[in-house]
Amino acid sequence: MATFNLTINDQRFKIDAEEDMPLLWVIRDLAGLKGTKYGCGMAQCGACTIHIDGAPVRSCQYPVSAVKKKQKITTIEGIGTPQLRHAVQDAWIAEQVPQCGYCQSGQIMSAVALLNEHPDPSDAQIDTYMNGNLCRCGTYDRIRKAIHKAADQSKTKTMGSH
Amino acid sequence: MITNTERRNFLKQSLLGTAGLMIGFRETASGKTLVGLLPAELSTEINPFVLIDTNGIITLVNSRPDMGQGSIQAVTSLLAEELEVSMDQINIIHSDGQAKYGSQGSGGSSTVRGLWTSLRQAGAAAKEMLIEAAAKQWNVRVDECYASEGMVYLKGSDKKLTYGILAKDAVKLEVPKNPKLKEPKEFKILGKYKRRSDIPSKTNGTAVFGIDVVVPGMLYAVTIHPPSVQGKLISYDDGAAKIIKGVKHIIKTESNFPGGKTEAIAVVADNYWSALKASKLIIIKWDDGEMTKTLDTATYFKDAYEIASKPGIRAEEKGDFEAFYAASDKKLESIYETPFLSHAAIEPVNATAHVKEDGTAEVWAPIQGPDGALEETADFLKIPKEKIKINALLLGGSFGRKAYMNFMKEAIDISRQVKAPVKLIWPREEDMMQGPFRPAMLSKMKGVIGNKNRLSGWSHHVVGESIQAQHWNALLPYQADNWLSGEMSMENHKYDFEVNSESFSRVKTPIPTLWWRSVYASNLSWGQECFIDEMAHLAGVEPLEARKQLLHNSKRDLKIIEKLEALIQASPALPADHARGIAMFRSFETMSAAMIEVAKAGNAVKVVKVTSIIDCGQYVNPDNVKAQTEGNISMGLQAAINGGITFTQGKCDQTNYHEYQIMRMSEMPQVEIHIIDNEEKAGGVGEPGLPPIAPALGNAIFNLLKKRVYKLPIDLNTIAG
Repeated sequence: MATFNLTINDQRFKIDAEEDMPLLWVIRDLAGLKGTKYGCGMAQCGACTIHIDGAPVRSCQYPVSAVKKKQKITTIEGIGTPQLRHAVQDAWIAEQVPQCGYCQSGQIMSAVALLNEHPDPSDAQIDTYMNGNLCRCGTYDRIRKAIHKAADQSKTKTMGSH
Repeated sequence: MITNTERRNFLKQSLLGTAGLMIGFRETASGKTLVGLLPAELSTEINPFVLIDTNGIITLVNSRPDMGQGSIQAVTSLLAEELEVSMDQINIIHSDGQAKYGSQGSGGSSTVRGLWTSLRQAGAAAKEMLIEAAAKQWNVRVDECYASEGMVYLKGSDKKLTYGILAKDAVKLEVPKNPKLKEPKEFKILGKYKRRSDIPSKTNGTAVFGIDVVVPGMLYAVTIHPPSVQGKLISYDDGAAKIIKGVKHIIKTESNFPGGKTEAIAVVADNYWSALKASKLIIIKWDDGEMTKTLDTATYFKDAYEIASKPGIRAEEKGDFEAFYAASDKKLESIYETPFLSHAAIEPVNATAHVKEDGTAEVWAPIQGPDGALEETADFLKIPKEKIKINALLLGGSFGRKAYMNFMKEAIDISRQVKAPVKLIWPREEDMMQGPFRPAMLSKMKGVIGNKNRLSGWSHHVVGESIQAQHWNALLPYQADNWLSGEMSMENHKYDFEVNSESFSRVKTPIPTLWWRSVYASNLSWGQECFIDEMAHLAGVEPLEARKQLLHNSKRDLKIIEKLEALIQASPALPADHARGIAMFRSFETMSAAMIEVAKAGNAVKVVKVTSIIDCGQYVNPDNVKAQTEGNISMGLQAAINGGITFTQGKCDQTNYHEYQIMRMSEMPQVEIHIIDNEEKAGGVGEPGLPPIAPALGNAIFNLLKKRVYKLPIDLNTIAG
């Protein structure tokens, strides 16, 4: 057992955990942030996707001890607020993407990372980047549309600021 | 979304109110009767769908758990439409399984089609009572008043009263027996686009799924089941497991499978990771049993093909098919095969239970029916239902799986033993390997081409395990599974053959089976709709034309054919190496057709586009009908091209998503959905889009390659080689 000082969604957490405990369970059960989901436990479904310093990570396969000092962890709860949603969340609502919604935290975290890397992704880039995020309800077509919509909105915003 | 805490607070508040109006149903021998309910009864019995308390809070009850199909919006829309309240001014709570909410199972695509009239009546009755209360207060006739947006207005004046003010008077009035329902043209909510109120919470992590519930003092559990079907526990060594920090108990628990029970090992810890880690360190000796040595899917199919060579149990017959077949000279016969499938919802099965020292119990779980959960909990614990509280939480996908609640009983059993609230989550491997699974089936098809190249004789013999027989021993040796009979019936499909015969033979297997999205329709459609094309080709008729001839008695279905024709005419000419196939199938009172465009790419075939047409009669939200149909395209395609569950020596070969492939983003084709608008009775939406997908693909592949595929899944990467 060791103590870890983690920064999750810009908040400090002092966590006592075994070193091999995956971040998924640290986030869900010790930090109490339930938006990050368990699906497969072997980085096969993407439901547990979070960001470490902005890069998407499968938290079910990422031991808490691997988090370096000063690294920032972001979960679905940290990308926007109900008052000030992230463009991806807005697009998800506009396209009415979620059905059951269980995989959508992971989908959104991957989509945010995709747009950071490719602000205006092609369908092929979306296919490649999002291929590890499984959705059993079959919302893929709407996810694709929502990613394009979020990209368009960001473009409009950028243009407006000039 | 309303959380449980909020719900409890709300219930407390409404109980403190001096009076209120609630309308519910009493189930009587003659059917449902609308009744007025006093709020004081709320905590105990009642079946209240409409709650208006004296503070003006309007609360509607969703009685069908939401697994993504949109029941939270659908159920409350039915009430709100007739109550004359907008969807923005209501609170929504979920029913808890008490009998007087009526049937509360989400399944069989039954929510909207089952509640379409009765819940509108509940809304309309409440509205009429509120109007009458206002009329009395103003001393005017009821027809001088009208209701809108939670208010009653006096025509030609500025007088108005809120539902909240009127509720206490309204509740004293007699409940109208036949409240007047709106004409479809008057609808403000039903049939109109409306964003789902649950969706924002599903984009920011605040939606509470079964797996997310937190109960003070709860422990976390993992159960490890016999890896072999119906295996038995001999002994276990937990030496290495129990020293893992956080582990509290390692115990045996009862574990149910269809038609029986065995034992599993439960590891209980103060956090889930410790329980999961420890569960892998237990050395367990299982008795796999003699039977498992020969229990594999190859043997199941071998048996099935043998059984298919003998006559089945008759389900439906028009004329004497065998005589007709024997006398004809233009005929054909084929056998189609569908595999076992896993539901593979991303949220694994889980449940939280607290069996308390005072003889009461509470359950929080993602389950498809709180009424069934209440029944089973009472039965399992041998305590009265009044001492049990069921909280039906959001389901992270289900597709039928979470309507079979063996996981819930395990959580209850573990909580009872460790005397603490327990959250049990099956690891993905347990969820996948334990099933139960969509049964594998054969469709033995025989067809006769008659005069003028008409498709004249039809025989469909379905061979496979019966879910009803396996779960409840509900089939006598001379009976056909009646769910299956209904889904294969030619009266259902309205194909007018001169002579037809439908029959069933059971293949008894201990491989556990369960309903899976669209139940047997997902098996039957493959044989039925591919074979229509085969017959059409033999007759020298276009498959679409053949269906048109067969459906000549069904105007409604002919509209779908017309729509298909129009879509084909309107689309640009197919490029070389592209082809299309069509299929249609009626299930859950809805007709759905699919048209799939495929392309040849070397040895592979790519699914370019899927167009679905759905005629579900009246519906709640067109966008949700589309969303469900998109989901059915995805799941139907997966069943056609990926995976398939197999067994070797009594064990499921697939353990996780790397071995059981579900659809991915890159596999999702372009989709286009068309809804047929009419004022017909509301039909199902959650499942009927699925059955036509696989056969439309099979027919498209035939049109592309002149190669008939009989067996699912199809390996698209090599099919053109």
